[in-house]
Formats: sequence, C-alpha cells, structure tokens
Amino acid sequence: MGFLEINNVTKSYGAVKVLHDIDINVDEGEFLVLVGPSGCGKSTLLNIIAGLENLTSGEIAINDQTVNHVHPSNRNIAMVFQSYALYPNMTVAQNITFGLEMHNVPKSEREAALNDVAKLLQIEPLLNRKPGQLSGGQRQRVAMGRALVRNPDVFLFDEPLSNLDAKLRVDMRTEIKKLHQKLKKTIVYVTHDQIEAMTLSSRIAVMYNGYVQQLGTPSEVYNTPANVFVAKFIGSPAMNVIPATITIKAKHAFACFEDGSGKAIDLQLSQPASSFNNGQSVLLGIRPEAISDLGNEDRNVNISKPFETMVMVTEPSGADTFVTLNLAGHDVVSRLRGDVALPSGTLASFTVNMDKVVLFDPETENRLDI
Amino acid sequence: MSIASQDSAVKNNRTTMVLIYVTLLVFALFYLVPLFVMIANSLKPLSEITGGNMMALPKEWTIEPWLKAWSTAQIGVEPTGLRPYFINSIIMVVPAVIISSIIGALNGYVLTKWRFKGDTIIFGLMLFSCFIPFQIVLIPMAMVLGKLGLSGSVSGLILVHVVYGIGFSTLYYRNYYAAFPTELVRAAMIDGAGFFQIFWRIMLPVSGPITVVCVIWQFTNIWNDFLFGVSFGGQDQPMTAALNNLVQSSTGVKEYNVHFAGAILAALPTLLVYIVAGRYFVRGLMAGSVKG
Repeated sequence: MGFLEINNVTKSYGAVKVLHDIDINVDEGEFLVLVGPSGCGKSTLLNIIAGLENLTSGEIAINDQTVNHVHPSNRNIAMVFQSYALYPNMTVAQNITFGLEMHNVPKSEREAALNDVAKLLQIEPLLNRKPGQLSGGQRQRVAMGRALVRNPDVFLFDEPLSNLDAKLRVDMRTEIKKLHQKLKKTIVYVTHDQIEAMTLSSRIAVMYNGYVQQLGTPSEVYNTPANVFVAKFIGSPAMNVIPATITIKAKHAFACFEDGSGKAIDLQLSQPASSFNNGQSVLLGIRPEAISDLGNEDRNVNISKPFETMVMVTEPSGADTFVTLNLAGHDVVSRLRGDVALPSGTLASFTVNMDKVVLFDPETENRLDI
Repeated sequence: MSIASQDSAVKNNRTTMVLIYVTLLVFALFYLVPLFVMIANSLKPLSEITGGNMMALPKEWTIEPWLKAWSTAQIGVEPTGLRPYFINSIIMVVPAVIISSIIGALNGYVLTKWRFKGDTIIFGLMLFSCFIPFQIVLIPMAMVLGKLGLSGSVSGLILVHVVYGIGFSTLYYRNYYAAFPTELVRAAMIDGAGFFQIFWRIMLPVSGPITVVCVIWQFTNIWNDFLFGVSFGGQDQPMTAALNNLVQSSTGVKEYNVHFAGAILAALPTLLVYIVAGRYFVRGLMAGSVKG
C-alpha cells in the first residue's frame, strides 16, 4: 500500500483520452518525478492529484483515504506553481499565512509557523515586501514557504524551476533536494527537464501520449529504458538508436552494420547467442558515454573490437567533448573526455562498452529483455 | 558639412514643433469657446445677453443666475430650481453604479475563473445588451416596472440602469480577469479560500484600474441618460429631464443666463468624475482591452 495511490486513473476531454490507466503508488517520503514532453498529460495528472481537475475513472488515495470527491483544500496537499502564483496584493508574510488563515488557525500559531518557515528558507528580511519587489529566486522561496507552512501530507510541484535562469535553476534544484532530505516529505514533481528528473527523484515516471512509459529509479530508467521513447528522452545527448542485424558466429551474437561501401562493422554482444535468431533485426541503443576513442576505454568492462570511422563533428563543452561519428551511415554521438584531439574530417578508431548496450525490438520499439 | 546639416535638422525640427503646437492651441481654443460662452454668460445679468454681446466678458459680474437655476427657477409648474432633481440623480446614480459594477465584477469572475459549459454563449448574449437601443425596450420595461410596482420611482430607474449597465460592466471585468492568472485562483483554492473569499481577497484588490473605467463609464451614461429618466421617472425625475423642462419652457422670457448655469450644473458631476479618475481611465481601458 502506498502513501499516495494513483489507481487506474483515466481522464478524457469528450472523446479525447489524455490519460490512460495511470497506476502509480508513491511511498511516504518518496520523491516522484513525472517527466515527459509538453502535452504528455503530466500536469493534468498533477492537477487531478491536487483536485483541481476531476478524473474520468479510477481513484486517488492519500494516506489510505480516497480523495476523489474531496475539495483541494481538504486533501492536505500543498502545491507550488510554475508562475509561483503569489497573491500580488499581499505581503510575503500574508502570502505564506493565507492558507492557515483560511483554515482558521489562531494568529499566534500562524506567526510561529511563519517564523519557522522563514528561518528554514532564509526569507526573514523579505516578510514585509510585496511579491512585485522580489527577484525570481526569492519568489520561488516564498512559493515554497507557502507550501511548507501548511505541513501537508504531499507536496505537488508543477515545473517550479522553469521560470528561473539557468544558474539559479541549478542552485534551487540542489536546495529542493536538500529540503527533501531534511523534511522527508512525499513529493510529486512535474517537469519536462530530464536532468531535473534524474537529479531530484527517487523514482521517475516517464510519460508520453497519456501513458506511463516507464516507472523506475533514475538508474533503471537510464540504464534499462523500457522503450525507444524513454531511451531517447532521458539523457543528454540522447541515446543513439541504430538498426542492426544479428549474426551468430562461433556461439557468439554480433550486431552487424553495413554502410553503403560494403565495409561491415561487427559488434560482439554481451548477451548470450541463444537469445537471438540468426538474421534477426534489432535496434541497438548506445549511450554517448559508452563509446570511447581507442586506448581510453574502461578496461573492466566488456569492450568491442575497435572500428575505424570518420569523425563528422567535434563539439567541445569543457568537461566533455561531444564527437559525432559515422557508424554505418548513421550519425552517432559520443561523449569523450574534454581534451580529446579528434578534428572533424579525420579517421579514428573507437570502441563500444558492450555491457551498456540496450537492444530494442524494431516493431514494438520495446526493450528486448535479455 | 555634417555639422551644418545637423544644425538644419534641429532647426527644421523646431519649426515643425512650433507649427504643431500652434495648430493644437488653435483647436483647443476652438473647442473651449462653447464652454467659455456658457461660463461667461452664466455670470451676466440677462440684459447684457439680450443686449447682443454674447462673446464678451460680463461687465457686471453676478452669481444670481446660478442661485436661481439651483433653487428658484421654474421647473415645469413648481419654482423649485434644479436642486431636488440633482438630488434625485445622485440617489439614482450612486446605487446604480455600485450595483451594476459589483454584478459585472462577479460575472467577469465567474465567466473567466469558474468556466462552465456554454459560458461563452452566455457572455455573447450579455454583450448583445450593449448594442440594444434604449427605445426598443421602453414598452417591455414599462410593463415589467408596472408589475414590480416600481414605475415612476427612483428605485425603478435604478433597476433599469443596473440591468442596462450589466452588459458593459461584465464586458470590462471579464476581459480584465481573462488576463488574470488562473494559477492564483487555484493556489487560493488549495489554500482553502471559498468562492467569495477568492473574489474579495484575491481578485478585487487588483481590480482598481478596471473599476475606475467601469465607474466612469456607468456614471456618465446613467447621469446623462434622458430617455429612461423622462419615461420612468414619474415625479422623481432626474437632472437631465429637469434641465430639459427648464430650457425648453415656452412661457415667459428665456433666461439664457439661468439656462447656461443650469446646463453647467448638470454637467458638473461627470466632469468631476473625469478630472478625479481620468488618469486611470486610459490605463484601465488599455489593461482591459489589449491584454484580454
């Protein structure tokens, strides 16, 4: 039994189904991130949990109580909105205590709660200001303060960092994580940013087209993506997914690519040959960091035979250099160390960490579980 | 070369500016002439006007015409002056403006933040009322007022103006609130605020600009209305109807100075409203129309 249960929730607008049988159980203290591209239904699901939208069928339960027909203010939840949604006519202090006031909490208790939260978020000097006089980061803190002061069962975050500039976003991300470690509250967090999802969550639900594509820990989602969509959505640069044919030679399975020139590249798979048919088509998923230039690979893993190919583009980014190479006619991105010297247009040899290779069925695009 | 040409550019600019200002000044004077005539003649004895010099300043300054227009002029059959009618107008305008603005604000709030099926159709129908000429509704309105027992009273006029005002006030507030972030309403809902609490605590405090627009608009329209006033006012006729009786009377000498004073008295409240709240007017209009 989860602390927050989302049981078979569907949502339709007329004939259009935007959520299909969503089934997620969140344990107490867990940090669940709903991630997906725009229009995947993640914000709708969050609004349904909050009670701001009605579900078409299914059940939402918090702390063992079905809350389908409970008003948002009585679900013991708090929400942080993308635009912060601070009341412009009230001071920071009034903003934070408004919810307590609406729940008829006596004034002395309200002030005590306000002081605790202000101290926790270090916004004491701002309490008498209006939201219009605050910077983006300060508004963000006030919005979190307004959520924290109610001491809710579940926190809901709706893309809270997407209105901040890049640097502040990283700082606030760390801050949210610290806060979660300190308070150990259940959080459901919506974002379209897969890095936020990976860094913050204890579990990720990757959503697309109203379906949960995969629900798992960040490492599960990253290393064993359920399908091609998840593989390409999580990770930056995205996982390379290229079609290949399986050949079985001497009791080993090889993924073979052939470019137009007739020069074939064979990569010996780590998976046992018995799980494949000779001539079977697959999609091969290779993370950029699974590719190394010859001589710099990790010796402790199962590496492929080196192959020589053309360097198409080199993009240094400081810590890493992204090198796009041509693998049998496909552009494949690799993440190499920062000081690698591989000018574009030259030939170089690379190896692949075969332990990290993921295989997909070309028909269903689901991962082959072998 | 370059310096010389810059010089002439500046000079050119100055000539244009002078031309523009002179033209504006001429037009301003032209538009102000009627007001000047009214004020100047309202401060003269009648003999100076009938003497033939309307454009001149008074030779003998007097406020007698103002006093007469206010308290002793013959309105219809009674020598009451405009005072009781002015009071009628105030008693009619103030509640009509307040009630129609509050209803408009509530309508705007519901139509934007508590959307329901068919809300745009309802809004469209309400907009229609902005385009219905007063004359069309005279007879049905008279029947309704008769059934309610409100005909010939100030309360009846208030009802008529409230009903007629809701179209415009709803339009203003709906467009203003359409630009108001819905997330704020949702945040307040989660905080536990109810329908009216959200309205009073969250929406109304930020509705200043559009309220100014709505009040100015409603005040001017209701104050200046003649047709409803004369049709449904009965014994409690508003200022506009009384002014008509004063100016159009066909018996006795035409006291132009008293008429001028009366006309200014009738226009004074709307002028005041514009002067006090006018600078918010344009700001509010922009906020309501452009963002919506």
